[in-house]
Amino acid sequence: MTILLKLEGLTKAYPGVIANDDVSFEVKAGEIHALLGENGAGKSTLVKMIYGLVRPDKGKMTFNGEVFQPAEPRAARASGVAMVFQHFSLFDALSVAENISLGMENPPSRRELSARIREVSNDYKLPLDPNRIIGDLSVGERQRVEIIRCLLQNPKLLIMDEPTSVLTPQEVDVLFETLRKLASEGTSILYISHKLEEIRSLCDQATILRLGKVIDSCVPSEQTARKLAEMMVGQALITPTRKDQKTGDVVLKVSNLTVPSSNPFGTTLKNIALAVRSGEVLGIGGVAGNGQDELLLALSGETRVAQDEISVDGKPVGNLGPNERRKLGLLTAPEERLGHSAAPDMSLVENTMLTAAVRENLARNGFLRWNAAKDFAETIVKKFDVRTPSVNNAAKSLSGGNLQKFVIGREVLQNPRVLVINQPTWGVDASAAADIRQALMFLAEEGAAVVVVSQDLDELLEVSDQLAILNEGRLTSPVATASLNMDDIGLMMGGGAQTEMEAQHVSS
Amino acid sequence: MFHLEPRPQTSKLWIAITPLLAVVATMIAGGILFAFLGKDPFVSIRLIFWDPLFGDFAFYYRPQLLVKGAPLILIAIGLSLGFRAGIWNIGAEGQYIIGAICGAAVGLAFYPMESWLIFPLMILAGALGGTLWAMIPAILKVRYGTNEILVSLMLVYVAEKLLASMSLGLLKNPEGHGFPGSRNLRDYASAFNDELFAGTGMHWGVAAAFIAVILAYVLLNRHMLGFQIRLTGQAPRAARFAGVNPPRLILFCLGTSGMLAGLAGMFEVSGPSGQISIDFNTGYGFTAIIVAFLGRLHPVGILLAGLLLALTYIGGEIAQGQLNLPAAAIQLFQGMLLFFLLAVDLLSNFRIRLNQRKESI
Amino acid sequence: MDLSAIDPMLLLASLMAASTPVLLAAIGELVVEKSGVLNLGVEGMMITGAICGFAIAVESGSPMLGFLGAAVCGALLSMLFAWLTQYALANQVASGLALTMFGLGLSSLIGQGYQGIKPPATHDLNIPLISDIPVIGPILFQHDPLVYFSIALVAAVWAMLKFSRAGLILRSVGENHSAAHALGYKVVRIRVLAIMFGGACAGLGGAYLSLIQVPQWTEGMTAGAGWIALALVVFASWKPWRVILGAYLFGGISILQLNLQAVGVNIPVAYLAMAPYVVTIVVLVIISSDRKRVSLNAPASLGRVFHASH
Repeated sequence: MTILLKLEGLTKAYPGVIANDDVSFEVKAGEIHALLGENGAGKSTLVKMIYGLVRPDKGKMTFNGEVFQPAEPRAARASGVAMVFQHFSLFDALSVAENISLGMENPPSRRELSARIREVSNDYKLPLDPNRIIGDLSVGERQRVEIIRCLLQNPKLLIMDEPTSVLTPQEVDVLFETLRKLASEGTSILYISHKLEEIRSLCDQATILRLGKVIDSCVPSEQTARKLAEMMVGQALITPTRKDQKTGDVVLKVSNLTVPSSNPFGTTLKNIALAVRSGEVLGIGGVAGNGQDELLLALSGETRVAQDEISVDGKPVGNLGPNERRKLGLLTAPEERLGHSAAPDMSLVENTMLTAAVRENLARNGFLRWNAAKDFAETIVKKFDVRTPSVNNAAKSLSGGNLQKFVIGREVLQNPRVLVINQPTWGVDASAAADIRQALMFLAEEGAAVVVVSQDLDELLEVSDQLAILNEGRLTSPVATASLNMDDIGLMMGGGAQTEMEAQHVSS
Repeated sequence: MFHLEPRPQTSKLWIAITPLLAVVATMIAGGILFAFLGKDPFVSIRLIFWDPLFGDFAFYYRPQLLVKGAPLILIAIGLSLGFRAGIWNIGAEGQYIIGAICGAAVGLAFYPMESWLIFPLMILAGALGGTLWAMIPAILKVRYGTNEILVSLMLVYVAEKLLASMSLGLLKNPEGHGFPGSRNLRDYASAFNDELFAGTGMHWGVAAAFIAVILAYVLLNRHMLGFQIRLTGQAPRAARFAGVNPPRLILFCLGTSGMLAGLAGMFEVSGPSGQISIDFNTGYGFTAIIVAFLGRLHPVGILLAGLLLALTYIGGEIAQGQLNLPAAAIQLFQGMLLFFLLAVDLLSNFRIRLNQRKESI
Repeated sequence: MDLSAIDPMLLLASLMAASTPVLLAAIGELVVEKSGVLNLGVEGMMITGAICGFAIAVESGSPMLGFLGAAVCGALLSMLFAWLTQYALANQVASGLALTMFGLGLSSLIGQGYQGIKPPATHDLNIPLISDIPVIGPILFQHDPLVYFSIALVAAVWAMLKFSRAGLILRSVGENHSAAHALGYKVVRIRVLAIMFGGACAGLGGAYLSLIQVPQWTEGMTAGAGWIALALVVFASWKPWRVILGAYLFGGISILQLNLQAVGVNIPVAYLAMAPYVVTIVVLVIISSDRKRVSLNAPASLGRVFHASH
């Protein structure tokens, strides 16, 4: 096979961090090439250089036999590089066709474009209506828009940045089929992921990045997932453990929770019911955008609901605000760290005041006890191993993993009766993620009820006793995790294609 | 080429230095402007910034510094609370006018009765008038989500028309020989906001301004409400998560800034100005916006910035008298100050780096 | 009082002219806001346009040169705002206010020598034949060229936003600047151009006031027209044709209250003069009370600072 893309000694430094250090590898024509690495390993920076969004400080790229120095994405696209972003570069208020047209150099007339969208989407079994508004599409459909936008350019190289993190297992299968078909037609695919099983089943070749450097390369199907993980992380992984669990009385009870979304493109929660006992971890899975944010807002008290739709230890709390709920022991940690669970420009001490004032007595008659807040912040930093020069540093100066440890430590150390947490390890490196999961299990052992909302099914299977799936604002009834495998979960995740499969399943 | 690199933390040092840099830059640009107008730039700058404080007639001008500075500081303190929380009260000028009308109206209603109770009543009326005027945008924002910038600003024009109607009608001096304008409160001891110490310029409004600075400092640094105000401005979603009730915060911030602006208007009409007249308001409500930003929305900074802007008013008048410098030049000068401040502000949040190669931005 | 002294024909005929300044300023601001930028400096750019246009027209004797100059001056002034918000990443609200204050000061400084002068007249376009149609003719077809230009401009903006690629790119930048950047569009450059267009329109609107509508130069003559233009953009839900509707509604109220003042209606002049401002507030309340519609129509990146970190 001929070599399509060749990278030699690519280096890119940002203040305080070398994102890519002397990175070299090759991608052959028609190959599905995995770029494997943890968060912060430098995968994103590397593909941004290939796509012309970032200029390398040093090094050389060769594409299709010619020196390749894209000054901007337009130039990269013109050479035949297309990219599907992890956080989609789509415009909610615009239509599918308008979005696709924006990603093309010389878009045809609108009617012709719509026809071609229909044609390509049929060819690759990715049904899509060009006239729909992006904001009304599901996450999976949005990814289709991105992929079709790329396919219309007839790319020689398709870059996919963590494409499956937003997909149900069935959608993943469809995507892989599409990618294999593309590769068989000669398109190379640079596939970025940290999911090992996927890479093993899909990719022909893998390059492993760690801390900005190429550590190794291999044929992934010839390696075990554990071996790949160790290459990626650089150390043997410890799986969090927990003792056998005695569960107590129901602490958190939600019934008939129905909340219309405040966001025009948001999801409405429909008739959610759940009960979590003391000492129990309930995992809530599901693809992003199916009501996770809305559920968190309703549980934290940022959205108020009818009084008896939520109760803690038998006390109805639905109509209470966040601090009144905290007083009763219901604590939450939203997904977005910077700007929601923490204020980026405020110090860690001030961020302690953000949620801990009520339970830790950090305010008296409305006057703030900064010394007490500082002490508590220092306790969090110490107990949760938060790496920061001082508790007076701004939250935004911490790395994602450290800030997440701080946020979770802040809630865990307040001795909650219930802790609800959204995406506890999103964007966190493997060792910090293991620490966080362990802390959640300890919390449950001490008798708290814990709810973990996550899109990472492996994580949910690891930490939770019961698992329920959130789908289009509805929650399935919880099932004991011990008895589940991936296929069962796929079925629970529902959705159009899956209901069909479910029907087959039943009939067979 | 340069490029900007975000600082990991906002630089405290630069936050303190940038206002000074802005003042210097404005002096330079102002000097160039004055030179264009055919005035000696050095003499102009000296007349504006030096003479009021240390010139031959400083004994007269220094008290004026307090007289002009007090309303600016009082209004700017109120504005800064809202600005910190991302609530933009642009209509302080209107609240100032309404405060003055209400305060004067209460005083004039008792004329010619003398009682020590009248002045406190006027203060209450002024505060109430300003608060109510600011509650219009506040309630509309809370209830209907209406943009407070536009509503509060529209209400300035409404207040100005109301002022005109008052000085031509309801509050017109019956013994004023048909001239527009109310009775002069200087001639009415119970309603006159006299100097507390003769010759210092120190009147009740100045005292109120100092008290406001102290209270605002305590509020912002030591109280939960102040913390919530700061939090709302920096991270609105985190504020909701922390249990902030946004409608209540909007009502508080707009109400308080309206109250302080109303008080400023009341102290002005009962003291330095003396009467309600068509041209009673002189733009303090707008200049206070510059004061609030120049003072970095910090109470102590606002105190200093208020005095500086007062200096430009006084110095501007001197330059107007001695050099024939047009009044508009001073207005422009004040506008430039805000421009330069916003421009140099960049330095506190970003480092400026020289590029080796051109980055695609 | 004699209400019959108001001639409805004359009232309607003056309506289009009275609405033109805010219409021009508002359609410019609409483009700026569509690109995701909130420029609160419209008032400052309008009044600068008013005096620059006036001064240039008086000095050159040509009103058309005056209008051209006003547009250029408005655009130049807006570049200050563009520089502050797009390169120095300053807060857009504060920068807009600074621009307004600066513009007010600048205009009264320039205007020193121009008080009490009459500008050269702009002649009405009397379109042959149709302008002689009774009733409709005087109302619709006997105006100065700027009136028609402003309507044509709205049509052009509408067509540009709806049908052209440039319009699509502009909307995409206002909708999600990070995504537009990721696709390789020059967010800052596009926004600077939009801001300059807004400045030019505001300048034209100001010059219309001082050269045609009043026609004279007085300090602070815009009297909030720039702010009303900002309100009109909200009223119009960021849709060009509705800006015309809003502007004519506002113009109608201004004209009506002036006429009522003239015939001596039994309401104090001050209260009549409040009407345009009060009506603006009422209209804003009505529009914004439908929050869902506002959040659907407002450009999603409006007022947010964009800095490409990588």
